[in-house]
Amino acid sequence: MTTETATRAQPVPSRHSLTRPRSEQGRAATGFLAPFLALYLLFIIGPALYGLLMSFFDTSLVKPGLSAFAGIDNYVEALSSTAFWSSLWHTIWFTILTTPPLILLAFVLALLADRVKTGRWFFRLAFFAPYILPSAVVALIWMWIYTPELGLLTVTLQKMGITAPVWLGDPAWAMPSLAITTLWWTLGFNFVLYLAGLQDIPRELYEASAIDGAGPWQQIRTITIPMLGRTTTLVAVLQVIASLKVFDQMYIMTSGGPNFATRSILEYVYDEGFTNYRVGYAAAISTLFFLVVLAVSAVWFTLVRGQEKEV
Amino acid sequence: MTVPDAPLAGLSRRSVLAGALGAAGVLGLGGGLAGCTSAVVTGLTGGREQAGSLDYWNLFGGGDGVRMQQMLNTFRADHPDINLSAVTLAWGNPYYTKVSLATIGDKPPDVAISHLTRMKNLVDANLLEELKPADLARHGLTADKFNRRAWEAGLVDGKIYAIPLDTHPFVMFYNTEIAKKADLLDGDGRLKPLDSPEAFTDAMRRAKKATGVYGGVVAFISENSTPWRIFQSFYSQLGGQMLADQGRRVVIDDAKATQVLDFLRSFTSSGLFPSSVDYQGSIAMFANGQAGFFFQGEWEISTFQTAKMPFSMTLFPNVFGGDRYAVQADSHTFVVPRGPADPGRRDRALTFVRSMLDQGKTWAEGGHVPTWLPFRDSAAYREMTPQSNYASAADAAAYDPQGWYSGSGSNFEIITGSSIAAVLAGQLTPQAAVEQMRTKLSDLANTPSPI
Repeated sequence: MTTETATRAQPVPSRHSLTRPRSEQGRAATGFLAPFLALYLLFIIGPALYGLLMSFFDTSLVKPGLSAFAGIDNYVEALSSTAFWSSLWHTIWFTILTTPPLILLAFVLALLADRVKTGRWFFRLAFFAPYILPSAVVALIWMWIYTPELGLLTVTLQKMGITAPVWLGDPAWAMPSLAITTLWWTLGFNFVLYLAGLQDIPRELYEASAIDGAGPWQQIRTITIPMLGRTTTLVAVLQVIASLKVFDQMYIMTSGGPNFATRSILEYVYDEGFTNYRVGYAAAISTLFFLVVLAVSAVWFTLVRGQEKEV
Repeated sequence: MTVPDAPLAGLSRRSVLAGALGAAGVLGLGGGLAGCTSAVVTGLTGGREQAGSLDYWNLFGGGDGVRMQQMLNTFRADHPDINLSAVTLAWGNPYYTKVSLATIGDKPPDVAISHLTRMKNLVDANLLEELKPADLARHGLTADKFNRRAWEAGLVDGKIYAIPLDTHPFVMFYNTEIAKKADLLDGDGRLKPLDSPEAFTDAMRRAKKATGVYGGVVAFISENSTPWRIFQSFYSQLGGQMLADQGRRVVIDDAKATQVLDFLRSFTSSGLFPSSVDYQGSIAMFANGQAGFFFQGEWEISTFQTAKMPFSMTLFPNVFGGDRYAVQADSHTFVVPRGPADPGRRDRALTFVRSMLDQGKTWAEGGHVPTWLPFRDSAAYREMTPQSNYASAADAAAYDPQGWYSGSGSNFEIITGSSIAAVLAGQLTPQAAVEQMRTKLSDLANTPSPI
């Protein structure tokens, strides 16, 4: 504990004494960042602004130029279209279904893997391995598992005397099925973050609490969980954003079906922009979705700032 | 960059690296990608092999893919001067999206497959090159040598854009042993006609008794095109239309559509057909003898030949048509996407097309009805069974209606197919499904065409 106190007690150098070197540092930093900034402007900010511009035109993929000015027609069409709202809801529903288990389960598994005495490497590898698979491979594996009548899951449940639903074919089950696939696939990332967080907790805390008579459950509740607060925030933010961006699994496994029950907002953008050639309209949907993500991020940002003040 | 076609010949660090990239691309980009690595590398790096090269894109999987591969090998042997690289992409919307984007991005294939029902939209979007009669004539490709219906459907404003390879109708497969057991064969061992709702239902009932599981099977889980195809076959027999005015109006006939949907639903609700089965599952059920009848495009012929099961194929029954026979069908055509102004390019493409047409026998073995008359009128084709049983379907083809959102595997098929599938699964009533189709199609019909 002494080292920690020393670090915190280090006197903060006054702002004045650092003025010159800091501005020189700033110039150097700008120089080093310039290549990145140039590419960022060229490939992220530029196209984003162009997309915003396109959203006010009837731009077609197969016609040159922006085509006719549409004003806010594209936005009006999107906001009054059931396809827009239902696909937006599908994305949010997917986020709701995946985020809590991906945080909770990753935490529990990390905790267990951290306590294992022998063969710890095996558990780490086993939980992380699916994460390195490309989405198409994951989709194929799970499509075979979910195959109605003949698939692994259906047949296994049948042998246990349970009638399995048509996983990907039933509108009510398709989204949970995709969520389960995603859980298996991406759990490893959160798992590794938690594992790293666990290893950062000073062992002395556990020793001290053990001497004071705390049981393992009490230790988890009063030491592990609070000490992992920052990790949980990070995992949650990354997870919500990753879930909102969902596209691959649905595109490959269900193509947004059955009966459009799993078409995410990004697939709607893809369908309209690239398949229907209506890039102007697709840009308007993207802009609206961007606003949603921005709002979600703002809420998180406020929460995180509140939390940082407490710590 | 040049990519060696012979595997391992002249393997350099660069080609290994490119190969690894290509493999990663296959895994990452799409489940259905099954092209050879060299082609994927060419696609990824945007490299064009210059003199004498020919890039060919197609959408043939399964048995079609195997036969196309044979035909490509013959072509390679006959034309060693042309360096052919073929890419097979996932069927449906993704394929046409890729063809469009590659052509817009100035990296088009030199020759590509397009369904007849998707070709007109590609023409309207200015993505295809017109094929001049003089160029075609040099390769012996003249209108009089093609099935008239398919050839004329490939004309846009009298100009030639597409060379039809085949017509592929929706057909009826049946297990000959089960049909015999169910007493559905006549004296010559042919299937008795099922040309009325009663005869059709009765046959399914007898077949169910014979298999002990199901009478027939049609795929509709995670599948839009198959439900649309079986619906469209019955619906066109009743004379029903879906769209009018180039897709600007939705003209679904409620009474006829509801009648067909009620009829279809009666099979899944009574247990004559499975009430949930996807494409692969439907194949497996028919191959395992769990269903006596199987409804699908004729291209699945190779699957069941490979399975070495007793089966035959015939025209999709004329349940509602009376004198008027109709069945859903489409055609595969060759098109030349707009590309660099290189006269050699078009000649190589047409040489390729001619070679494919001359190998009509291989292609017909895959079930498709040939449009190339020199082969279709030959004794060799007439002797092919069960292929020649349903050759007349080509003349009764009910193509998907025109519209910027319509055609094989299009949004139109997704909307109609998913509504029909929901009826088959018992999730929607026929009335609600018709209403859903009308609402969703009207949205598209009222949207100004982006093409």
